[in-house]
Amino acid sequence: MTNSPFTPGIAPARLDAQTLSTNFGDLHPPLDGHEALVAADRCYFCHDAPCITACPTSIDIPLFIRQIATGTPEAAAKTIFDQNILGGMCARVCPTETLCEEACVREAAEGKPVEIGRLQRYATDTLMAAGVHPYARAAATGKRVAVVGAGPAGLACAHRLAMHGHDVALYDAKPKGGGLNEYGIAYYKAVGGFAEAEVDWLLKIGGITLHTGKALGRDITLDGLKTDHDAVFLGMGLAGVNALRAEGEERAGVLDAVGFISELRQAGDLAKLPVGRNVVVIGGGMTAIDAAVQSKLLGAENVTVLYRRSREAMPASRYEQDLAASKGVRFIFNAMPVAVLGNGSVTAVRAEYTRSEGKSLTGTGETYEIPADQVLKAIGQTLEGAPEGIEITGGKIAVTGAGRTSLSGVWAGGDCAAGGEDLTVTAVAEGRDAAEDIHASLMG
Amino acid sequence: MADLSTDFLGIKSPNPFWLASAPPTDKAYNVERAFKAGWGGVVWKTLGEAGPPIVNVNGPRYGAIWGADRRLLGLNNIELITDRPLEVNLREIKEVKAKWPDRAMIVSLMVPCVEEAWKAILPLVEETGADGIELNFGCPHGMSERGMGSAVGQVPEYIEMVTRWCKQNTRMPVIVKLTPNITDIRYPARAAKKGGADAVSLINTISSITSVNLDSFSPEPSIDGKGSHGGYCGPAVKPIALNMVAEIARDAETHGLPISGIGGVTTWRDAAEFMALGAGTVQVCTAAMTYGFKIVEEMKSGLSQYLDEQGMSLSDLVGRAVPNVTDWQYLNLNYVTKARIDQDACIKCGRCYAACEDTSHQAISMSEDRVFEVIDAECVACNLCVNVCPVEGCITMEELEAGVVDARTGKVVEPTYANWTTHPNNPGAVKAAE
Repeated sequence: MTNSPFTPGIAPARLDAQTLSTNFGDLHPPLDGHEALVAADRCYFCHDAPCITACPTSIDIPLFIRQIATGTPEAAAKTIFDQNILGGMCARVCPTETLCEEACVREAAEGKPVEIGRLQRYATDTLMAAGVHPYARAAATGKRVAVVGAGPAGLACAHRLAMHGHDVALYDAKPKGGGLNEYGIAYYKAVGGFAEAEVDWLLKIGGITLHTGKALGRDITLDGLKTDHDAVFLGMGLAGVNALRAEGEERAGVLDAVGFISELRQAGDLAKLPVGRNVVVIGGGMTAIDAAVQSKLLGAENVTVLYRRSREAMPASRYEQDLAASKGVRFIFNAMPVAVLGNGSVTAVRAEYTRSEGKSLTGTGETYEIPADQVLKAIGQTLEGAPEGIEITGGKIAVTGAGRTSLSGVWAGGDCAAGGEDLTVTAVAEGRDAAEDIHASLMG
Repeated sequence: MADLSTDFLGIKSPNPFWLASAPPTDKAYNVERAFKAGWGGVVWKTLGEAGPPIVNVNGPRYGAIWGADRRLLGLNNIELITDRPLEVNLREIKEVKAKWPDRAMIVSLMVPCVEEAWKAILPLVEETGADGIELNFGCPHGMSERGMGSAVGQVPEYIEMVTRWCKQNTRMPVIVKLTPNITDIRYPARAAKKGGADAVSLINTISSITSVNLDSFSPEPSIDGKGSHGGYCGPAVKPIALNMVAEIARDAETHGLPISGIGGVTTWRDAAEFMALGAGTVQVCTAAMTYGFKIVEEMKSGLSQYLDEQGMSLSDLVGRAVPNVTDWQYLNLNYVTKARIDQDACIKCGRCYAACEDTSHQAISMSEDRVFEVIDAECVACNLCVNVCPVEGCITMEELEAGVVDARTGKVVEPTYANWTTHPNNPGAVKAAE
């Protein structure tokens, strides 16, 4: 170890290898067999269960938990995968505290929901560890479908199409499949190369050819895909990032949080990753939280999240905020950056307090400076490279029904499509439903 | 602190909590530990006649069923009576009794069904200074195949005969331990009383197979791929035991016969229930085998607190619920209740709805926003919703006042008691004098 949290500027190896390894270990260790039985036994097997309604993929949660409780986690996993083929990743990254577990009646009863996320992981890990793929393909239909983007939406869509007997060409701009599961999720939420393993496992169904390094608009075109395929699904996510629009944004040390997280996820050796002594993260979503927490875990001395609205308005859940706070991240609410200060490299962020009236937000005129040698921008992603002629609404591809775009034969889902929250689980639901709609229209 | 000391057939013990005849009372080491822990008495594990000791299987002796978090709910065993030499047991009984004179020391016995066998063993037990004997007519496995244990307990005439032999050949009080593996517990109880028994104790274990191994297809516990029925005990058997105790307590022929209650006593509350149904003492085994001897501390403090709160003495408690145990035909048919759901307590799990809608009377409605309400016009007050609701006290049964119309029957609730014996639908109803 050459550096410490107190080393000025941006520096790698602020912590020793052992500490880094502990810091980036599994956030929630898996349940063992007995723990799973105890956790499963807490489920009341509710009628028309609220947790199912709260799940964007409508997993039959009481059923899978009962299957765990009766010693058949493999059957439980099948119940999960029937609705959500990325149930393994969703078990790790879903904000369950705002979805199934928030709806759990035991949350109402005692403020302690059934641990649905961890139980789901227990079931899916059990089946995936067996190395078998539980689905077989229907008889070949001879239809070919192109899926653009091998993230959650594209993978779910491709898998469901392959199951129905269609041949799928799956394209992704990055060197690996998985999308945000591979490049955009905090390290400690999917340890051990899980995202990559999950893609490999999913592709075992057969009938899906993954083409990496192929970006829409650069290497492939929608017209080209339409010519060679019977249908096209667009699930390429949001590749662009919003600008800060603050003076000095171009200074060295100002980064996109998405890129920071991606680099971290792909790093072979965390000790080689440089991080600032004083890091300021700007934004209030999951990307902001993940970037802030991981900066702290890398050894930054001070990490501050600057969010322009109130704590209540923050898109990241209170659970995530508390997780960050427990790691030593500091939150400043109701303040926005107005300038990035420095001489070449950033030295501080000048922030102005805000006042919100309804939806509008205004500065109060009172400003102050936060020392910073690294600024991570996490103020939202934007759609990039949308095909010509496709209808856009609110900056995203407009869809009706199960992901139908304004172009015939073209569906879209996931973060690049309008509607729904930008969550892995929502993307899976959209990809799956679009696949069913594509199947129906191809075979109808 | 209420006084828990007990006088049962003249046998005194500092509290009514005895350890039943079973593995925990097989030798001085265990019994002394139990007395140190505070148990009021023990029934020493069953002695057989002199000669080569019994042998046990050399594989597993116990099978079990579990509830949440592997909580042991029911245990079955295929262990036989003591497998230690008679003289060793007798010597230890004498030593322990001498060291612990204030504790009840009962010796369980099982010898062949011939008078000579009983005549031979009784003086040996008497010589130890033990306070009494318990005749093991209950053990359902192994020994019964040799004409002992429940093989005797299932034939009232044998019970009466052997009890009489014992009464004629010893000054010690005789407690007859009954098997539940019969159709009507009153017959063996009456036989014991006729034979002169000072008390009965019940229940012994219930013949059972706890589970079947679905890989080897052997019953559990498995001995080299085969299983034999065992004797079932633990919390799961308590309701069966309570009923049998109550049947004896309220039977005209056996009413007043002292009872030592056995069967799933796990907490002070279980003990209090047995006592309210007529048991003068209770015997515990599975709870001790699950948690160790220390549980007696909770039993003592709990029962004591309860008696203080109720302003009762221990003798006030014994038999207090017996007058309220009756036959179905005497239940008041004019007692009308309806389920009531406390909306503030409801957590909206919908289990009451599923139970009522799928399996009962369609008397609970469910709204779009998961509000569950009782439909009085359909509710027969079966109590299933109360039983399946995970929130204690959320659903209750509310009595309809006299004069109110029952929405289900359209009839006004009568203020008077009326039972089946006089009901117009009863072909055998006794008509009031005209």
